[in-house]
Amino acid sequence: MAVDSMTGSMESAALADGMPGVVSDFAADKQAFAVPWGKAMMWIFLLSDTFIFTCFLTSYMHVRISTTVPWPNPSEVFALEIGGAHIPLVLIAIMTFILISSSGTMAMAVNYGYRRNRGRTAALMLITAAFGTTFVGMQAFEWTKLIVEEGIRPWGNPLGAAQFGSAFFMITGFHGLHVSAGVIYLTVVALKVWRGDYERAGNYEIVEITGLYWHFVDLVWVFIFAFFYLW
Amino acid sequence: MSAKEGTQHPISVYLWIWFLLFVLSTFSYMVDYLHVQGLLRWTLIIVFMLLKAGLIVAVFMHMKWERLALKLAILVPPLCLLVLIGLMAIEGDYTFLTRSVAFTP
Repeated sequence: MAVDSMTGSMESAALADGMPGVVSDFAADKQAFAVPWGKAMMWIFLLSDTFIFTCFLTSYMHVRISTTVPWPNPSEVFALEIGGAHIPLVLIAIMTFILISSSGTMAMAVNYGYRRNRGRTAALMLITAAFGTTFVGMQAFEWTKLIVEEGIRPWGNPLGAAQFGSAFFMITGFHGLHVSAGVIYLTVVALKVWRGDYERAGNYEIVEITGLYWHFVDLVWVFIFAFFYLW
Repeated sequence: MSAKEGTQHPISVYLWIWFLLFVLSTFSYMVDYLHVQGLLRWTLIIVFMLLKAGLIVAVFMHMKWERLALKLAILVPPLCLLVLIGLMAIEGDYTFLTRSVAFTP
């Protein structure tokens, strides 16, 4: 991190009193984490997002514990008929593998970013975005199947506990929104990498920050997969 | 600083973790496919989940190579959530019992 011009003047001057003192104490350049500010901020954002998703999963746990009506069996709800064979949870399994593949390509993109390999970084990020788009597409298919064929609604469904629909649409919807936002974020950064913006600035840190967000989306899916689909 | 560290990991580290994540995902899918039930099912699901989460955070998100201050700042606060989860589990059981007594269909 480059030392800001602010820091120099702050250190030489005595600490101010009153409101200007409060402002400078809170807003002055004081560094706690030995990482670029963008990375620290992304981590703190992800921490807050962890709390949001845990609140969703906890409320899901609560409604599932407290309902007296049997919970629909997710293994059967998300089963598909492929070539005449009945395979339980197969769509969700494929979605899981797609998201993990995208995490792998993203990790390699970050690595190539640090090696200053502009072409490979941009290409791997675009592949990651393509995997993300596939994931969202499959989720749209899954939602359509549940809404149209199974008649599942946020307020009730023919399979069992009414809370199944609300928990499902809330949790997977919010996760899908994160994936969609991630695809846009990845595409924008990939195009800027391709154009050579970071080559000129000599700083590929943004690729790692984007990667943090993307890996977090995969991380959340690991928990949703375990608690919503497998439990 | 990070730029130097970033270049130190060979690609093979990521490929290896990627492979492990695939294997762990397959295992957790097999838990459902083979109809493992009861305590064993829940144990296996949670073990595979935590292993996958750990690998993603430690290697893919580079947490393994960060300084302790950042590790603590990010990884300790979520532990508060265990209190919320514990309280809501107790509360959920209570609601279930109350409903069973008062609203049995």
